[in-house]
Amino acid sequence: MPNSILRLEDITMQFGGVVAVDNLSLEVNQNEIVSLIGPNGAGKTTAFNVVTGVYAPSNGAIYFKDNMITSNYPKGSMKKSYVGQNNGKYTTRMEKKPDQITKLGVARTFQNIRLFKDLTAFENVLIAKHMRAKANFLSATLCLNHKEERTMREETLELLDILGLTNVKDEKASSLPYGQQRHLEIARALATKPELLLLDEPAAGMNPQETDELTAFIYDIRSKFNLTVFMIEHHMDLVMEISDRIYVLDFGKLIASGIPEKVQNNQRVIDAYLGVQEDDEE
Amino acid sequence: MKNSKKVTYSIILAAIILAFLFFLEANKANYGMAYTVLTKGAILAVVAVSMNLVTGFTGLFSLGQAGFMAIGAYITAIFLIPTDTIQDVYYISGVSPAIINFKGFLDSTPGWIQALAPYIALIVGGLAAALLAALIGIPVLRLKSDYLAIATLGFSEIVRAIISSPQLDTITNGSYGLKKIQGFSSIIQTFVIAGVCITLMVLLIRSTYGRAFKAIREDETAAEAMGINLFKHKELSFVIGSFFSGVSGGMLAMFMRSIDTKTFSVSLTYDILLIVVIGGIGSVTGSVISALLVTVSKEWWLRFFDNPLYIGNFQVPFFRTGFRMVVFSIILLVVVLFYQRGIMGKNEFSWDKIGNNFTRFKGFIAKKASKGGSDHAK
Amino acid sequence: MTLSTLFQHILTGISLGGAYALIAIGYTMVYGILRLINFAHGDIFMMAGYFMIFSMASLPWQIAIPIVCIVTIILGVVIERVAYKPLRTAPRMSIMISAIAVSYLLQNLATYLFTALPRAYPEIPFLKKIFHIGTVSASLVTFITPVLTVLLVIALMFLINHTKVGIAIRAVSKDFETAQLMGIRINKVISIVFAIGSFLAAIGSILYFTDRMSVTPFSGTLPGLKCFVAAVLGGIGSIPGAVVGGFVIGISETLLVALGYSTFSDAFTFALLIVILLFRPTGLFGEKNIDKV
Repeated sequence: MPNSILRLEDITMQFGGVVAVDNLSLEVNQNEIVSLIGPNGAGKTTAFNVVTGVYAPSNGAIYFKDNMITSNYPKGSMKKSYVGQNNGKYTTRMEKKPDQITKLGVARTFQNIRLFKDLTAFENVLIAKHMRAKANFLSATLCLNHKEERTMREETLELLDILGLTNVKDEKASSLPYGQQRHLEIARALATKPELLLLDEPAAGMNPQETDELTAFIYDIRSKFNLTVFMIEHHMDLVMEISDRIYVLDFGKLIASGIPEKVQNNQRVIDAYLGVQEDDEE
Repeated sequence: MKNSKKVTYSIILAAIILAFLFFLEANKANYGMAYTVLTKGAILAVVAVSMNLVTGFTGLFSLGQAGFMAIGAYITAIFLIPTDTIQDVYYISGVSPAIINFKGFLDSTPGWIQALAPYIALIVGGLAAALLAALIGIPVLRLKSDYLAIATLGFSEIVRAIISSPQLDTITNGSYGLKKIQGFSSIIQTFVIAGVCITLMVLLIRSTYGRAFKAIREDETAAEAMGINLFKHKELSFVIGSFFSGVSGGMLAMFMRSIDTKTFSVSLTYDILLIVVIGGIGSVTGSVISALLVTVSKEWWLRFFDNPLYIGNFQVPFFRTGFRMVVFSIILLVVVLFYQRGIMGKNEFSWDKIGNNFTRFKGFIAKKASKGGSDHAK
Repeated sequence: MTLSTLFQHILTGISLGGAYALIAIGYTMVYGILRLINFAHGDIFMMAGYFMIFSMASLPWQIAIPIVCIVTIILGVVIERVAYKPLRTAPRMSIMISAIAVSYLLQNLATYLFTALPRAYPEIPFLKKIFHIGTVSASLVTFITPVLTVLLVIALMFLINHTKVGIAIRAVSKDFETAQLMGIRINKVISIVFAIGSFLAAIGSILYFTDRMSVTPFSGTLPGLKCFVAAVLGGIGSIPGAVVGGFVIGISETLLVALGYSTFSDAFTFALLIVILLFRPTGLFGEKNIDKV
């Protein structure tokens, strides 16, 4: 029985009258590479944001390594306007802020690159090590933590090396070419020593050759860092090639799931991407 | 550049500054203006760096410095008004018994503690300001930048109103202010205290916490995703910045020997903002240079704008009292509009950069010389 | 206190509130369009006071008042062009610092030109005539102010909701870039907003200073901040909100002073601001905005 790393149960995210994610349940097991796909606006990034604590779900629960980390249910004024399902199944409320989720071992990259623009590549990655630093601000100020500081810097250099960024480590993040910025985002996420890595459209803007390199790279870091990868992607070649399993969202609902071959040939999935022909009713 | 070389240069620079200060102290009768102006400049440098810490490095637009300075100033003043004259200072409503007892307690401590009185006073003043900041920070730090600015400005005014209220007459002397505050023993003491404060802030900025502050400034969402607890770090930056604002307020009390709440109006915060913007938001070196530059200019050199200027028999228009401040305001506006990065931008002073520039300069001279030589040969 | 004294104070409060409402509208409109707290707005109000002093020195009030309005409008529009327009794409902090710099400049300019000593505000004879209604008495200006305020606000709401200019203003407040793409002349719209704000500030300053006797270069700071609080209280971006906020602040302040807590009346306004920002940052009539990540 594979270890469950991430499990979503009946996750619903409602903004006012708009249901962005509707009753989503999924599971990601240890060392798997699982993809979340679907047309634009299907709610994929919203689902990511719920997992990473940017939003508290309107309903449902999230488990990390079989421990409940997030849970919520509609209450107050939300009760009246709630249109999702499974109302009443969840009764506890646990919300976590993004930094708490990261501390548990979940790291993410962003769809639109969110690097620390004015800081160097080295600093970008080094900052991600801060959360695991044990020194308090007094000892850090008085340089009593120089051993820990040295370790953090060494680990940062190693990570930059693995991602091929050593020669640009002192360049400002905003001055790097797009491909290297994407690499830097991943380096920064890895610096938080995660067990689960959420990649939001890692191949966006890449040509086929770069996408192949990315594929090899993801396999590489998975084994090197013993990671589990949960990915949003639109490049179907990458998705079909690399995923152990795929979940498909459309209008916030899960419409298909399973191994790549099965999903590829699923009629509902094809309809969702190509659009269904409506019969005119006169 | 090798570290040992850097250390040597730094020591030489420090020695030169110290020598200069000793000279100034010994001759303060002759160089009164320079003495006063440099002391004030050093004090404002501390609060400018503290504002830069919060606004420039952490991205929190706080306009509450004057309020924190006021708290530091009043507490330091109460510590440092000699016990035998304190009744005269509070001549209207008398002193509160709590303060009398406190002064009595202070007088009974051993001599070496009494000698450290100024330092203790400054630290307590800073801690009081920090405590207030910690309390204010809880509600205020989650506001967006424009609202944060107005809220901190509002708190600054509330502090001032409370300090000057008649109800607190026996503690703060209400709107009459406090005087006969014991001053600095020498300009060296001022600069040493300022130096220690600024050094501590620089060390914090260079530490892993300082990097977390910068991350928050650059992109809060990404910083949070990298495991940085936003509130805890914003609060830390705000509280530490306010501590040093409080200390510099205490230093200002010692410098001015008498204070009242008018000293700590919003205009003071604006003055510090001017210094920080001119020096460069995000540069400690810039704030220090700018603090000295602006104070020296304002108090000294540019005073000439305030006096009628004659060229021959022709009186140049505009030059009269108050023109100096108009010039200053225009300079601030020009800097904000055209030189947003200020003097230093986000850069800091480093021997490496000076070394590189010097090497480039040498190369430039060498090229010019060889060109000239080859022309000659023709 | 007796009922009639209470009415007296409330009347004074409504009058003060009317002036505050007019100034608050300036803040709320500029924030709605540029997301900028125009720190200089209070000082424009102060300058209008000085303009009045100088116009009335040589002109009858019938001519002086329009001149003051025109000059104040010019001042407001020029400030926008010089200090805010170049920074439209700069980070938010820069434009706020610019507003603070303009405020600083205006205060220092006024100190330089007119000295820091209070200058007597001219009397407009008929405005100072005392009228009696029952046991309550006040100068005409106290009665006129709320009425005038309401009339101006009605006219403004008509402008905003039923004219082309108004639609343009509303479009720019909702979405700056799209409005530009739709062919709206952004610069013109922004100048108009500043012109309206400055005009209302000029009227507000006439109503405010008539009862107050004198103007100093710092007369605009505190009213300016208080009117900003009024705008936030009503919901920043909402004109009716700013009006309601102005009256609330005006009445509370007057009552506090009447009850003997004058030193705290200013602190009270700031405490109110902080309470609003904590518990209902969108104010009474504001709209909620959700940020997408």
